[in-house]
Amino acid sequence: MTFEKILLRNVEIPNSEKIDVYLKRGGYQALRKALHEHTPDELVEMVKASGLRGRGGAGFPAGLKWSFMPKAADVTKYVCVNTDEGEPGTFKDRLLVERDPHSIIEGVAIAAYAVGAHRAFVYIRGEFFTGVKRWMKAIDDAYARGFLGANILGSGFDLDLSVHRGAGAYICGEETAMLESLEGKRGEPRLKPPYPAQVGLYARPTLVHNVETLACVPHIVLRGPEWFASIGTEDSTGPKIFCVSGDVNRPGNYELPLGTPLREIIYEHAGGIKEGRQLKAVIPGGASTPMLTAEHLDVPMAFETLHAIGTMLGTGGITVMDERVCIVSAALRLTRFFAHESCGKCTPCRVGTQRLVDTLQRIEDGRGQQGDIERLLSLCDGIAGHTFCPMGDAAVNPTLSSIKHFRHEYEVHIERHRCPMSS
Amino acid sequence: MSPEEQKQPTHPETPTAKQAQRSMLLTALYIAQAQYGHLNDEALQRVAERLGLPLSEVYSTASFYSLYRLKPVGRYVIQVCDGLSCHLAGGADTLVDYIRQKLGIRVGETTSDGLFTLQTVECVASCGTSPAVRVNDELYENMTPQKVDRLLDQLAGR
Ligand SMILES: Cc1cc2nc3c(=O)[nH]c(=O)nc-3n(C[C@H](O)[C@H](O)[C@H](O)COP(=O)(O)O)c2cc1C
Ligand code: FES
Repeated sequence: MTFEKILLRNVEIPNSEKIDVYLKRGGYQALRKALHEHTPDELVEMVKASGLRGRGGAGFPAGLKWSFMPKAADVTKYVCVNTDEGEPGTFKDRLLVERDPHSIIEGVAIAAYAVGAHRAFVYIRGEFFTGVKRWMKAIDDAYARGFLGANILGSGFDLDLSVHRGAGAYICGEETAMLESLEGKRGEPRLKPPYPAQVGLYARPTLVHNVETLACVPHIVLRGPEWFASIGTEDSTGPKIFCVSGDVNRPGNYELPLGTPLREIIYEHAGGIKEGRQLKAVIPGGASTPMLTAEHLDVPMAFETLHAIGTMLGTGGITVMDERVCIVSAALRLTRFFAHESCGKCTPCRVGTQRLVDTLQRIEDGRGQQGDIERLLSLCDGIAGHTFCPMGDAAVNPTLSSIKHFRHEYEVHIERHRCPMSS
Repeated sequence: MSPEEQKQPTHPETPTAKQAQRSMLLTALYIAQAQYGHLNDEALQRVAERLGLPLSEVYSTASFYSLYRLKPVGRYVIQVCDGLSCHLAGGADTLVDYIRQKLGIRVGETTSDGLFTLQTVECVASCGTSPAVRVNDELYENMTPQKVDRLLDQLAGR
């Protein structure tokens, strides 16, 4: 049975980014319904009942986050849209922004109405140049048609939305670093708590959401929370865009119910491993999430089931590695990313990731020494849990999970003084 | 109180003028970079003056973000994605080697005619259409040495 596309229903239609196409496809009806038929509190309850969890990586229940926003009408509040997508292996938000920006605007407007915000900001990754242009055009058109601005659709609700372009820093995807960057500063994370819902942008309560999370909201309003909750598993409801890349025949974005088995995604939707080779390792949810092996392929891709086997759903960015891949070089590649992107604020992350890279490089180059595996593990121990933001915990995952599943391959590198996978 | 006054929030409005000015910094740096080619001392100084910020703050912020160039670069900055998925797609190393040979420069260097700078970058969210290459603000997907060859010739006006 093929799953009816919800989030990706528009993206393959010609000119899907244009407002007229969006309207023809039923766009902005959810906003109309939300503004005219529901109170803000009802919408918060609906999103709670839908079970929607954040699609930006952490999976926090969206409705709960909305309910944390202070109710008082005389407090300036903000909504921020996280379009910073930089987690290696993830490429869904770029697609949504480039091909269906109005679905996100509609979600932002509903969320802003529900939490009583009149000002919203899009933070977009500086590299997404097409995305920046699509966002700006879509926002202009939404203003022109009365879906943004003063007295939206005659409801008395006002909302302004504008775009801020980042300038190349993965850490700015972390919500508090993003707020710093929106304020025109270095994108260094803030200590939590307080959470953005209490003290956010310009020290005001701020609701931060990922693009894909917001794109779910209009559908929840139109078709009801029960419908949304009927998709997926009990703890992971709704559709999810899985980004599949690496050694598969058909890399791409696949929208499927949460809980779809990893095997089905890789072998049915993404067409299986190239040239019929064996799967060696797979990263289930972006570079921050611990890798799995062929023995885990039957795991349902849901928050709770992945957590139960020691990894995470993360962004849903699935990177597949076949039998030819050297696991040390893969871990090195991934760790180099974290070393490069460490913002430098915390020493364990800044120095620790570089030490990991040096050690992994040495092993890969055949200069590994006895005790290097233990050295890697102890470095990981010194980084995880000792940093300001969750990036430190993420940065150790490629090393830790690859040693856990492929320790022997590390040992062979060290004993033979060379990479066994290279000829 | 008149109805208008009652509607006024009791909390001061944000952003304040000062906060709003500071929020303009990233945009101002982009504009200065476009005008000066890279963020040299004069460019940074002008941004600082226009926004009423200390030069040290402007420099500190500019140096944090990788898209701001504090040193001169070529007219076309070629950025080859160095991410895992692009490597798995058989691309990154091959493409970097190919461009290095074709242009006679190493990663981080600029050709002597000032036309091309070669860089590697982290994942640019095109892993499903990898290998990916960016040139200035344009993204090129599913790249091969042949496609890179044609692209570079086209940019060089050959
Ligand atoms: C290092 C780091 C990078 C992150 N990058 C992103 C990102 O690019 N996009 C995103 O939506 N969330 C990112 N997040 C998660 C955000 O902090 C935040 O949880 C999310 O935007 C909340 O939205 P959601 O509840 O809709 O998922 C990142 C988190 C960390 C720790
Ligand atoms: S790894 Fe190259 S685009 Fe993601």
